[in-house]
Amino acid sequence: MSAPSIFTRPARLAAIGPYVWMALFFLVPFLFVLKISLSQTAIAQPPYMPVFDVAEGWEAVETAFAALSFDNFRLLGSDDLYVLSYLRSLTVAAISTSILLVIGYPIAYGMARLPQRWQAIAMMLVIVPFWTSFLIRIYAWINILQHDGLLNQILLALHLVSTPVVWLSTDGAMYLGIVYSYLPFMVLPLYATLSKMDPALLEAANDLGASPRRAFWRVTFPLSLPGIGAGALLCFIPIVGEFVIPDLLAGSDALMIGQTLWLEFFTNKDWPVASATAVVLLLLLLAPLLLYDRLQRQQLERT
Amino acid sequence: MIEDTAKAAREADSPQSIPQPSSGTPLLRIDAVIKTFGQFRAVDALSLDIHAGEFFALLGPSGCGKTTLLRMLAGFEAPDAGRILLDGKDIAQVPPHQRPVNMMFQNYALFPHLNVRDNIAFGLKRAGMSKSDINARVSEMVALVKLDGLEKRKPDQLSGGQRQRVALARSLARRPRLLLLDEPLAALDKKLRESTQLELMELQRRLGLTFIIVTHDQQEAMTMAGRIGVMDAGRLEQVATPRELYEAPRSRWIAEFVGDINLIAGKLETNGEAYPAMARRIAIATSEAGTVYVAQPREPLTKTDLCVAIRPEKVKLSRRAPASDDARAINRLDGVITDVGYLGGMTSYKVKLDSGAVLRSSMANTARLDLDAYSANQRVVAWFSPEDCVVLEQ
Repeated sequence: MSAPSIFTRPARLAAIGPYVWMALFFLVPFLFVLKISLSQTAIAQPPYMPVFDVAEGWEAVETAFAALSFDNFRLLGSDDLYVLSYLRSLTVAAISTSILLVIGYPIAYGMARLPQRWQAIAMMLVIVPFWTSFLIRIYAWINILQHDGLLNQILLALHLVSTPVVWLSTDGAMYLGIVYSYLPFMVLPLYATLSKMDPALLEAANDLGASPRRAFWRVTFPLSLPGIGAGALLCFIPIVGEFVIPDLLAGSDALMIGQTLWLEFFTNKDWPVASATAVVLLLLLLAPLLLYDRLQRQQLERT
Repeated sequence: MIEDTAKAAREADSPQSIPQPSSGTPLLRIDAVIKTFGQFRAVDALSLDIHAGEFFALLGPSGCGKTTLLRMLAGFEAPDAGRILLDGKDIAQVPPHQRPVNMMFQNYALFPHLNVRDNIAFGLKRAGMSKSDINARVSEMVALVKLDGLEKRKPDQLSGGQRQRVALARSLARRPRLLLLDEPLAALDKKLRESTQLELMELQRRLGLTFIIVTHDQQEAMTMAGRIGVMDAGRLEQVATPRELYEAPRSRWIAEFVGDINLIAGKLETNGEAYPAMARRIAIATSEAGTVYVAQPREPLTKTDLCVAIRPEKVKLSRRAPASDDARAINRLDGVITDVGYLGGMTSYKVKLDSGAVLRSSMANTARLDLDAYSANQRVVAWFSPEDCVVLEQ
């Protein structure tokens, strides 16, 4: 008989579940994208070649694979457009994440220090915007920020400005939209870490001669680093690939990689280059993803 | 002989026999301190003096205000009224980080992100000590609490007992004028708790520090403290040495709270009668045990509704009545044993008196073989000396 297992059969099946899910809905599509990224564009249906049909036998597959090349990836490196898009995405994500942290930390900190029954209400308030469609909320911002929008009307009425200010189609509007949309993703993990913290630790720090400000920097802040890491990555990773917010709120002179990808795919109908762009984006995001995974694992070990 | 024991009993009650801490200004004076939370008065006009070098225990049921009082001493709560004088200086409104007082927290509150060394050094860094001084002090503290070799461990890599030691070292590192200990041993198992009690006492004596410990465990308070303050509903019910607290409780509540006790309610019959070859007696008429004679208390009685309190270990059992049949020398009560509880070192009995009342007695098992042990349903005489009784006013 094999070694006794503490897992019953259903438990083992449940443990496989996530892997099956990942294989079916992440790995397989990724392999498709990878294959397309190594193909050439063609005016055909689908718009790339070589195409192979498994029904035609192993030889057809072999010839198809022999025709694959890294040309698309070389193009990404040689054309400024792509490099600049990647850089802009990373910069926008980094700046947005920093702003989110600066705004989100005090919110989470304040929430964690509220009386217990108020915490649930504060949590609701953070989550409530999710009840409205994301697109509608971004369109609402367009409404507020546009030439004759609410913001300009208020500023004009208060005589703070004499002519309408251009808000829309600026980087400022884009950052506003990103920070607004991603704030809950920053606040919730931070709140989770901060609310778990034993208030006696701060009292102990005070007792040992640390002023409240000192106690924050020596105790609260270092202990909230896992929350900061989780919140930052939870925001940074999707912001790098963000497409809708820059497209609707930012100007059109500089593109984020998500917009470039969209252009290649839908406007240029260049599936292979679009796929190559996506593969490189994934590789770029792999580093922070692995970091996030490690942080999570450390967190688990500690508890 | 009876005269001798009566004298001894009086001395146990007399104020002279309480080891009074050194006179002069107390290290800590709590003066009519009040703390209210909403409608609830947690600490109610409480006053207390604690002298340098004392090991003082605050004992009481949960919710009695002892922790609130301790937190006011540490500075985590500010009193609504009253003064807290440390070395004559009012610190009631001084924030915790500016007080020369340190606290050992109930669940230790060790910083999980810092190792043992950095936990101990935390308070020293805040005090602005030089690096070499900090290193020297940390080494000293590590040696003091016997944690050598564990300096690099994080709190979650330590056992409960080791964590307790780190917490102690951390709170002692700044050499506080006053160390507050909030249920410091509650998280340890029984064996470890007992050995740690002795270590704490040794440490306190050796370093000549002043300790105030909060505990709900009377055994712990009795073992460690020189004086105990028993709190109930925000007030100090009695402040006394462990012995006085046990042998001369000031109220019925204290008598019942500290240890086991038999209480027999009655009315004053005769007061302060002198008998030949005996200390003065008072006679109390009870419905449960007839007339009970007790030694005349030190304080004159002001009421006639009284209560005789006698500890179980002072109630002896025998098959036959003791030689003297003079109730003024020895109180005797007939009854039947209903319960026998064997506890190893001693056996506790419940005796149902002929009046229907139940009296508890406990006797030490001084011999390994006791062929003559009492068993249930046996008729016995329960007897106790008037000197061993305490009279409490109802």
